[in-house]
Amino acid sequence: MMAQNDSLFTASLKDAAAGGLIALALFGITLGMRADVAAGLGGQMVIDYRWGAVAIIVAIVFFGRLALNLFVWKSDKPVTQYFSTLKPKPGAGSKVGAFAKPALLVLAVALPFLLMSYYGASGSRRFLDLAILVTTYVMLGWGLNIVVGLAGLLDLGYVAFYAVGAYSYALLAHYFGFSFWICLPLAGILAAFWGITLGFPVLRLRGDYLAIVTLAFGEIIRVVLLNWYNFTGGPDGISGIPRPSFFGLEFERGENGFAAFFGLDYSSIHRIIFLYYLILIMALATNFVTMRLRRLPVGRAWEALREDEIACRSLGINTTNTKLTAFALGAMFGGFAGSFFATRQGFISPESFTFIESAVILAIVVLGGLGSQIGVVIAALVMIGGFELIREFEEYRMLVFGLLMVVIMVWKPRGLISTRTPSIALSGKARGISADLVQEGHG
Amino acid sequence: MEYFLQQLINGVTLGSIYGLIAIGYTMVYGIIGMINFAHGDIFMVGAFIALILIVALGLTAATPLLLLILALGLVLVIAMALSAAWGWTVERVAYRPLRGSFRLAPLITAIGASITLQNYIQISQGARNKPLQPLFSGGFTLAEKTSEQGTFAVQISYMQIMIIVTTTVLMVGFTLLINKTSLGRAQRACEQDRKMASLLGVNVDRTISLTFVMGAGLAAVAGLMFLLYYGVIDFYIGFLAGVKAFTAAVLGGIGSLPGAMLGGLLIGLIETFWSGYFSVEYKDVAAFSILAIVLIFMPEGLLGRPEVEKV
Repeated sequence: MMAQNDSLFTASLKDAAAGGLIALALFGITLGMRADVAAGLGGQMVIDYRWGAVAIIVAIVFFGRLALNLFVWKSDKPVTQYFSTLKPKPGAGSKVGAFAKPALLVLAVALPFLLMSYYGASGSRRFLDLAILVTTYVMLGWGLNIVVGLAGLLDLGYVAFYAVGAYSYALLAHYFGFSFWICLPLAGILAAFWGITLGFPVLRLRGDYLAIVTLAFGEIIRVVLLNWYNFTGGPDGISGIPRPSFFGLEFERGENGFAAFFGLDYSSIHRIIFLYYLILIMALATNFVTMRLRRLPVGRAWEALREDEIACRSLGINTTNTKLTAFALGAMFGGFAGSFFATRQGFISPESFTFIESAVILAIVVLGGLGSQIGVVIAALVMIGGFELIREFEEYRMLVFGLLMVVIMVWKPRGLISTRTPSIALSGKARGISADLVQEGHG
Repeated sequence: MEYFLQQLINGVTLGSIYGLIAIGYTMVYGIIGMINFAHGDIFMVGAFIALILIVALGLTAATPLLLLILALGLVLVIAMALSAAWGWTVERVAYRPLRGSFRLAPLITAIGASITLQNYIQISQGARNKPLQPLFSGGFTLAEKTSEQGTFAVQISYMQIMIIVTTTVLMVGFTLLINKTSLGRAQRACEQDRKMASLLGVNVDRTISLTFVMGAGLAAVAGLMFLLYYGVIDFYIGFLAGVKAFTAAVLGGIGSLPGAMLGGLLIGLIETFWSGYFSVEYKDVAAFSILAIVLIFMPEGLLGRPEVEKV
């Protein structure tokens, strides 16, 4: 018994030492030495040494691995065995979801009034702006969820449709003076049109090729916007994009303004609240359409396509058309969100539509659970809202996003909220299946 | 004509760098059928390691030539080893646990790994451009033309010669490695049928790891060359270079080693001639459009085999 423990300890120590060495190799130079231009030396490069940080990381890896080896991986009685009893039973998630969804909805609708009563008009501005931002990402996440979560097509250029929507509105307003309410449907239609134009040739490709082509398309759109100076303003962008009106009432001081019409005192917060409700309604409409479509044949076909493309083709589903509808719908919602973004900011430039933006939206969808609508909300709240509140860690946001994408995919490939109600259940009992029960087809 | 010749030389140099990165994509795709999205960022990490080492060793253009070449050789070896460690880690952490998972999973972790690497370097090394004074200057003048605008000389710099020669040597070495050694044989076996190979005693996991290690090593070579040739790097270079190298791999026929090199050369030439004769601003659009066109009309590439979809 003693000898066995001893060998367990030495084996764990060896393994941990190997891990520590690899960590030293990985971080020794890239973290321990920082090359930078020296101040006042005529552009000469110097090195800052930070061995402390390297020592900390190597120690974390070494002791972390040692502890994991001793108590979890190689131990007869892993500590984690007690966790499995805490795991919710299959189906429990949908009960929580059934309660959480209306509660979240009520909270979302009441949010401006709650904030106003707590912080007053000026204090709640910051939180409302944040709520608008989060809701925009929720809408984008839901839009992308149609493409990635339901139809299983990895779209790395989703931001292109966001950009098409934003620029459609900005350019139509700039050159023709169209109002927001005319442009909103136009922006959606144009984005969907772009989705079809792009999708038609590329959707026959395999999943990973599709990802790369959509990525390339996203970059092409951005580079064109950046360089077509006469038309789009290039890197200067377009400013002075008109604000939306409330049934013809502008949010401004004066007799014809929104406040005067309803007999309220003028306050700039009215416009912010209006924008919040606008994006909330748009997001909910996205969700509603998605949920309804899931019950239609086309929605069923999307999910079948995600699980096994070859089986779908064998059953006579027109895969190209099915993919195209998902792609175009996702693009349309991206376009709607884009024109909202343009009218909220009042200024857009290609800076806002980089690949990083696509990655953020994708990360939200992935972290929330591919195909889960409520998961997108939670992921957007935590990842966008959380990081906006703690500004000091802003620069670490993308690092955390990237790491979480890897960790979540390895640990729970179906996302954190992986319990989904199947669209079709053969027996009445099977209302919810957890990810563990779903076998994947390798299409 | 002189202008054309100059563009040709520049294009071949650029193409060599793309080709070296493309080999990493094509080998990984060949063996496990996935796009290693983080490969471009491994190239970037390699360039950064090389830069840090060059600055730490105090290498400048004033260093005696023989010493400089020896030191650069040392930098190259260390950068290759450390980038290989990164490549190995990425495979071990992000891809290996997902073998046999659904098909989008490894692609999503690859994107996650790419974002992680980019932001790690951005945080640890700073977001600013990192300039490096040129270490080699001068070259041969191949032709000269005097007109009323002045003299236009076609030049091939020592740096360009070095890049082209190194790439050629590595290419020949790699082709031999794949075709003649037992490791190469194991790799080709895994490419054809992983399960069968493991039944026949090939250590599949180890072979796949080594593929990533080799790809990362070549990416580090490309990173050093990029650094020396352009003299400036930042944490974002891996993205564009990665997409272009992937385009090269697809153009040449993904999974084919000579195809990757050929594709790299073609992409380098197209990009250089496009910037030289049409517009510099849209050179990335040209590369991306080629990617889309090739994938749509000729997905098996120039030297690749057509892919058969199996259930």
